Amino acid sequence: MGTVARFWRETPRRYNLGGNRCAHCGSVYFPPRSVCPTCETHRRSLGHLEPFQLSGDGTIFSYTVVHDAAEGFEMQVPYVLALVKTVEGPLLTGQVVDVDPREVRIGMKVRAVFRKLRAEGAAGVIHYGYKFARVPEEGRPAAGAPARAAVPSRPDAPAVV
Amino acid sequence: MENGNSVGIVSYGAYVPQYRIAPGEIGRVWGADGEAMGKSLFVLRKSVPAPDEDTITISTEALRVALARGRIDPQDIGAIYVGSESHPYAVKPTATVVAQAVGATPYLTAADFEFACKAGTAAIQTCMGLVASGMIRYGVAIGSDTSQGAPGDALEYSASAGGAAFVIGREGMIARINTTQSYTTDTPDFWRREGQRYPSHSGRFTGEPAFFRHVGECARKIMERCSTQPADYTHVVFHQPNGKFPTRMGKALGFSDEQMRWGLVTPYIGNTYSGAALIGLANVLDHARPGDRVLVVGYGSGAGSDAFDLTVTDGISSYDRSTGTPVQEFLEGGVPLNYSVYAKFRGKIHLGGSSA
Repeated sequence: MGTVARFWRETPRRYNLGGNRCAHCGSVYFPPRSVCPTCETHRRSLGHLEPFQLSGDGTIFSYTVVHDAAEGFEMQVPYVLALVKTVEGPLLTGQVVDVDPREVRIGMKVRAVFRKLRAEGAAGVIHYGYKFARVPEEGRPAAGAPARAAVPSRPDAPAVV
Repeated sequence: MENGNSVGIVSYGAYVPQYRIAPGEIGRVWGADGEAMGKSLFVLRKSVPAPDEDTITISTEALRVALARGRIDPQDIGAIYVGSESHPYAVKPTATVVAQAVGATPYLTAADFEFACKAGTAAIQTCMGLVASGMIRYGVAIGSDTSQGAPGDALEYSASAGGAAFVIGREGMIARINTTQSYTTDTPDFWRREGQRYPSHSGRFTGEPAFFRHVGECARKIMERCSTQPADYTHVVFHQPNGKFPTRMGKALGFSDEQMRWGLVTPYIGNTYSGAALIGLANVLDHARPGDRVLVVGYGSGAGSDAFDLTVTDGISSYDRSTGTPVQEFLEGGVPLNYSVYAKFRGKIHLGGSSA
């Protein structure tokens, strides 16, 4: 039960990518910071960091394929864990879903999607938050769009697995 | 329930998980002719949620698309109702997570609806009342499910996952809801008792006295009240537990294949339960033109039907349908799974002491 309050406090970040932005220099931070380290005089940024929500758009900066899963992720191996360079600047760590790990490339466009992060057993609370999904080639800002048409679409075509 | 005050759909979005499994593959495991089963039900494949998807994530993705398309400030939403029979929690609302995830909190009312497959259409009716009375500016109605059939049961060939979200309001309508009509009786065709993992159903009883009677009577009543004939509608959408039932219902009422064309989605993604009729309506709106008249008749076991008579407005011309994924892509796309991976994803494999 110890993680319930901790996860709940992180809800604005995990659900809505809520960071902040320095009113002086415009730098964006995620997670939010109370002092802007890039401003010449750090002290001047105090009280001038305003809430800022990231769009969720970014590109893969680097990634790894996880075969030996963290607890709670056993059903998803092999899965991709990536550093995502957001269009606003901050570098985020997150899972890349709905993708064949062999197709992941550095520089691939991704977008934040809302997924289940983990559950505290069968009776505990379920934690939700951002993960990333590939943005289809044509640049459509899709939420979990199927990336390829692998199943026949005509009613008369045999559906083969 | 005449819609004296003009209320309608302001925006919408749909979401279907990317994985698919075909009836032939399911039948192979259970020693049944799955392909024949698929053909008789007119279900060619069904969607399967990833292990990290559930009714909450599907609802959130659908609503985020709806809000982006309609350029709606989430703080203007006064109510969010999520209809589903697969809410992840027995106690703790799906709607609160969805509201928080789209930035609509805290000054709104939220609740989960349950009425088998028609909880989403019941949510639309509730939002209509709140909007028409001036209590709220926008109401959100979502129908979403990650339904399961017991392994080997007939339901397993069709039970799938997906959902759609509709923003109901008075300003910037893309489709005016002219009237809504319901038809409700106590009919025990399908149920799931508290704590039971899979639903039970009374076989063929789910047909004539349940689906066909409620959908048929509800459709006839709303057309009688609107003084309309089937030919007056450009599109018709029925609840679709499979491809066969709505097709047969449409023919019996006098609708053509062309009128049912865009509203029939279950053959390609399976039965998304609370999402079924609403994803069908979303696909109709993806293709609709100003002036199109649409009849929607949902159905929920237990049992009841909600019907809506809609007219697509000129607003659809300037509405941003390019944001998000069109339903057609969900119908045509997908990544096929074999039964083993499907069983793993759906938690059908006994894992001993593992917590996962």
